[in-house]
Amino acid sequence: MSTDTQTSGGATPVLELKGLCKSFGGLHATRDVSLRIMAGDRKAIIGPNGAGKTTLFNLITGIYPATSGNILLFGQDVTTWPSHRRTALGMARTFQVTSLFPKLTVLDNVLLAIKGLRPSKFVMWRVLSSYRDVYEKAHQLLEQANFLDRKDTEVRNLSHGEQRQLEIILGLASDPKILLLDEPAAGLSSGESIEMTKFLMGLDPKLAILLIEHDMDVVFDVADEISVLHFGEVLETGSPEQIHSSARVQEIYLGTD
Amino acid sequence: MIARTLPIAVAVLALLTLPLWIGGTYYVNVTSQILFYAIFALGLNVLAGYGGLVSLGHAGLFGISSYVVGYMLQLGYGHTAAILMALAVGNVSMAIYALLSLRSTGIGFIMITLALGQILWGLAYRWISVTGGDNGINVPTRPAPFGLSLADSGNFYYATLVVFLLSVIAVAIFARSPLGAALMGTRDQPRRMNALGYHVLAIRFWACLFSGLLTSVSGILFVYYTQFISPQTLALTSSAEVLLMVISGGPGTLLGPIVGAGLVVVVKNVVSGFIERWNFLLGAIFVAIVILMPEGLVPGTVRLWRLATRKRAPAKAEIKTEGKP
Ligand SMILES: Nc1ncnc2c1ncn2[C@@H]1O[C@H](COP(=O)(O)OP(=O)(O)O)[C@@H](O)[C@H]1O
Ligand SMILES: [Mg+2]
Repeated sequence: MSTDTQTSGGATPVLELKGLCKSFGGLHATRDVSLRIMAGDRKAIIGPNGAGKTTLFNLITGIYPATSGNILLFGQDVTTWPSHRRTALGMARTFQVTSLFPKLTVLDNVLLAIKGLRPSKFVMWRVLSSYRDVYEKAHQLLEQANFLDRKDTEVRNLSHGEQRQLEIILGLASDPKILLLDEPAAGLSSGESIEMTKFLMGLDPKLAILLIEHDMDVVFDVADEISVLHFGEVLETGSPEQIHSSARVQEIYLGTD
Repeated sequence: MIARTLPIAVAVLALLTLPLWIGGTYYVNVTSQILFYAIFALGLNVLAGYGGLVSLGHAGLFGISSYVVGYMLQLGYGHTAAILMALAVGNVSMAIYALLSLRSTGIGFIMITLALGQILWGLAYRWISVTGGDNGINVPTRPAPFGLSLADSGNFYYATLVVFLLSVIAVAIFARSPLGAALMGTRDQPRRMNALGYHVLAIRFWACLFSGLLTSVSGILFVYYTQFISPQTLALTSSAEVLLMVISGGPGTLLGPIVGAGLVVVVKNVVSGFIERWNFLLGAIFVAIVILMPEGLVPGTVRLWRLATRKRAPAKAEIKTEGKP
């Protein structure tokens, strides 16, 4: 563990990015991004389409290897680790494009998600629903999210808003310490967006959240700090008020177009 | 519950009493064939159906176990040693096969498994000192477990039936097990599975071994049934045939591969007695299935059945559709 990851308080950041870069051929999708997230932090990343927000998540979660720079999770350098090992350390994510198991019930989706970090996931001689502890955990998770009444519904029959919420519930199944949310409110009606905001604000305050979102109402309610990404680069970081009043940000994003 | 267990009970009873009513040794033998090909198809279905990994070289793995039995017997070993060795070699081969092919998915996986299957076929053809080349290997005797000689076609049928039922139970449990659920998850949402902490490659690898075990078992039954093994068994057409069993019956279902095996074996054996161009008939049947029931015979029939019953009971709003196979 290197000393410079420690803040003066002695706490280790949950997630730290140091000079992270990614190029796809000639395209620099991520340029020298540095970021530090402590336990309980609520940070948002905004930026126009194609700014490299999802790419940044894909680097953090290990879907793409970084071209250069470092990713530290709880002080450990995980830059070259595969995704599933990063998850095991306590990181979870959701996807911009809903990535659920549409033909399974809500409950089965959650069971599968919980099982992801248990050694018994390789068992093939026992039925999944016979694991009491997993089953009870799933119930608890669904109850907290007010989803228990729909546990036997097939996911493809849920509304889009419900599916976006289930995305997050699956992320929570592994008891993460940091949750990466990629546009959780994408495609939601304004009513559903408000529901989503309430849901996010009701999550465990110790959980660190990094949020990508286009819906500014969601961002301003949930995040304490916002970074603006433009052409893969962090253009500005500040409180919601600072970002809201920044002329540069107005120009490229909040756009008076 | 009754609606589910009753047909199963009837089917098992029918299979148990089959030699009494089917009317002849010939038909008992055809049913034995259906059963061990069904085990083969169930094994391929683990990968192609539940895992979304279409292997086109499975006949090579099937043939390896057959050859090991033949070769071991030729060397003078007993049936027990031959069978155990066939299972061991079959599984080691599957592990190597998996490590080589699982690097890719989709078309890449199909191409690699096709190539591996062809290599195994070539080996059977060329490694004459072991395989006897074109002449193949004769297996002069069948085993006699607990003093029951499997040379008798009725006894062979019952032995095959026992192995078949055990295989079906194993696959049924597998499909609902954590690994089975994870395998289907990696088929539908590999990225999500990765993000949930699953090691996608490891899950596919274990599934390959399970598929390989079933394939080995069926290869052993096959070689004792025909009492002969030659490179033809490992040919691409054999791999395609078992894949057609899976696809026509319904990939990713438990019953589908069994029905598919029944269809192919019946057309091959029974119909070929009456119709010269049975290959043509088989082709025509598949074209019809693909057009009329692209999801396979079993899911297709279930769909039609639900459609028919829903019309009669319109009050029932949401009939639960088959999520789990
Ligand atoms: N796998 C990839 N291969 C090539 N280019 C990519 C890939 N993924 C993303 N990009 C490019 O990187 C840029 C950033 O994309 P993305 O991170 O999805 O943006 P955002 O999420 O901010 O809308 C885009 O120009 C996109 O085309
Ligand atoms: Mg994006």
